[in-house]
Amino acid sequence: MAEDGINSFMTGPDEAGRFGIFGGRFVSETLMPLILELEERYEFAKTDPAFWAEMEDLWTHYVGRPSPLYYAERMTKHLGGAKIYMKRDELNHTGAHKINNVLGQIILARRMGKTRIIAETGAGQHGVATATVCAKFGLKCVVYMGAHDVERQAPNVFRMKLLGAEVVPVTSGRGTLKDAMNDALRDWVTNVRDTFYCIGTVAGPHPYPAMVRDFQSIIGKEVRWQLAEQEGEGRLPDTVIAAIGGGSNAMGLFYPFLDDPSVGIIGVEAGGKGVDDRMEHCASLTGGRPGVLHGNRTYLLQDEDGQILEGFSISAGLDYPGIGPEHAWLHDVGRAKYVSITDAEALEAFQLSCALEGIIPALEPSHALAHVMKIAPGLPADHIIVMNMCGRGDKDIFTVAKHLGFDMKI
Amino acid sequence: MGRDMTRIDDTFARLRAQGKKGFVAYIMAGDPDIATSLAVMKGLPGAGVDIIELGMPFTDPMADGPTIQLAGQRALDHHMKMDQVLDMVRAFRKGDAVTPIVLMGYYNPIYARGVDRFLADAVSAGIDGLIVVDLPPEEDSELCIPAQAAGLNFIRLATPTTDAKRLPAVLKNTSGFVYYVSVTGITGGAAAQAADVGPEVARIKQSTDLPVIVGFGINTPEAAQAIAGVADGCVVGSAIVKDIGAGKPVAEVLANVAALAAGAHGATTA
Repeated sequence: MAEDGINSFMTGPDEAGRFGIFGGRFVSETLMPLILELEERYEFAKTDPAFWAEMEDLWTHYVGRPSPLYYAERMTKHLGGAKIYMKRDELNHTGAHKINNVLGQIILARRMGKTRIIAETGAGQHGVATATVCAKFGLKCVVYMGAHDVERQAPNVFRMKLLGAEVVPVTSGRGTLKDAMNDALRDWVTNVRDTFYCIGTVAGPHPYPAMVRDFQSIIGKEVRWQLAEQEGEGRLPDTVIAAIGGGSNAMGLFYPFLDDPSVGIIGVEAGGKGVDDRMEHCASLTGGRPGVLHGNRTYLLQDEDGQILEGFSISAGLDYPGIGPEHAWLHDVGRAKYVSITDAEALEAFQLSCALEGIIPALEPSHALAHVMKIAPGLPADHIIVMNMCGRGDKDIFTVAKHLGFDMKI
Repeated sequence: MGRDMTRIDDTFARLRAQGKKGFVAYIMAGDPDIATSLAVMKGLPGAGVDIIELGMPFTDPMADGPTIQLAGQRALDHHMKMDQVLDMVRAFRKGDAVTPIVLMGYYNPIYARGVDRFLADAVSAGIDGLIVVDLPPEEDSELCIPAQAAGLNFIRLATPTTDAKRLPAVLKNTSGFVYYVSVTGITGGAAAQAADVGPEVARIKQSTDLPVIVGFGINTPEAAQAIAGVADGCVVGSAIVKDIGAGKPVAEVLANVAALAAGAHGATTA
């Protein structure tokens, strides 16, 4: 059914944790036994009805799933082309898709007898989700956050503290998400016996990319039945679109559609000030090349000597020089298309969503919406686009105010 | 391949014949600049260093504490690239044909150069072994197997979490020596305790004839002596790098290295 002689795009990763050449287990020996144990425990949990029953229960009663699939009528009319749906994952408890995955990992951590949870966070959404679930289960929580992000995401820092988490500002490197992940790995290797590392995206050593994808796939699974309910039995989206930093919300939306050839798949990377030689962007696929970092092989922003470059984006959640290995593979085999959107374009989409739909989006999905704005006008009215509104914009109002020249003190 | 004796094997044969423990010193290539770093490196054998571990700078050293992170940053700020690391080894080899050099670092700078090209360059420059932190046995096909085929030793880390079930896999493609990481953690962290390390080293030695060298958390001559006493030798890194980072003169850095080496060499088997 699929092109290029691939029978299915949904069978990865292989036993070595690879999607094609991407993925793998590039970690120090200290972590290796734990990674293998995690893989074993996850493989067991995956087919354990009791595990999924606990997830379903929390998704329904704690998170508020299913999240609505919303027909954005005014946006559709304004753009004058394709019919636009928004998957409202910003309505989840904690305001983003991140909690879908955190619940799964924390339930697993509890089953493994771990008492201390660590996490890295960029925009703070994954940190807030982790702090939230840790509070609910009475687990100790330490969140590593780049010092630069602590500054530009102050509301989320306070939320995490209210929820009882310790927030550690990371000053190494440029103080963004990549450096926070380094320090989280350093903590993990030091406290390996009692600590579980709750990774927030579809990256890191195997089994994380597959595990986080599986937990986030609830997004795409819901879209399948919700769209059928609203548009008729068997109706699939023609295009699904999501923003990509590490790529977990995108993988969650894309995965259930990988083997439906009629569904076009588009990932939107952060183009920052523009994808060019100045490298002031985070578009790993369009502006990077394969390398090894944070436990996996994937596309990375790096110089010719293999030194990792700092990404740049208005959105702290997309500010990462890599991308999940499954995206790298989908890019190489051509199943998904990856594009980039600049800060300025994302800001424009942010404002349009507020004005036309009464939805204040996070800057991350604003990138996805900006690409919808580019392509929708040229598509017919019966072409259905589903974009993932993966987070709400409350955390970003200070950043946006600054860029729009609005003084918040007034 | 039929394994020829490497400089590392020769060094341990000599130490065994002398009844001495080995002392391995780590410095970061190009820290704080190439000239100073090369001057320190040239002085290490004279200070009693048996094997030199030369760090390859990397932007994201996930297994290293602040001391070695900052050393890598200083080197990178002085444009220390892989070409310059190899040039430094060539310059050292002009005056020293016997002291083994082990490159230590992370995989991406090697991968970016291309494994085949890197190995050819490393062999011709006079490098003897590799320690690559983020390449566990599960990824042996990446570099470990090709490196051994090229005649380099591939030195693996064994750690407190390497249990009996896993140890054979860790030892399988290891050569030169086994580097036992004394603590779960990063470089320059908690102090290694001989009472903890001794039984672990004994456990590993039951499964291999290779020398077992202990590193991480060793920063005084006394600690070097205590830890070397329960193993075949020890590695000191952060304590030396800290002196270099503080801007101490080369002679003073080397005097401190000599004291650490004397500690390790003074150890007798417990």
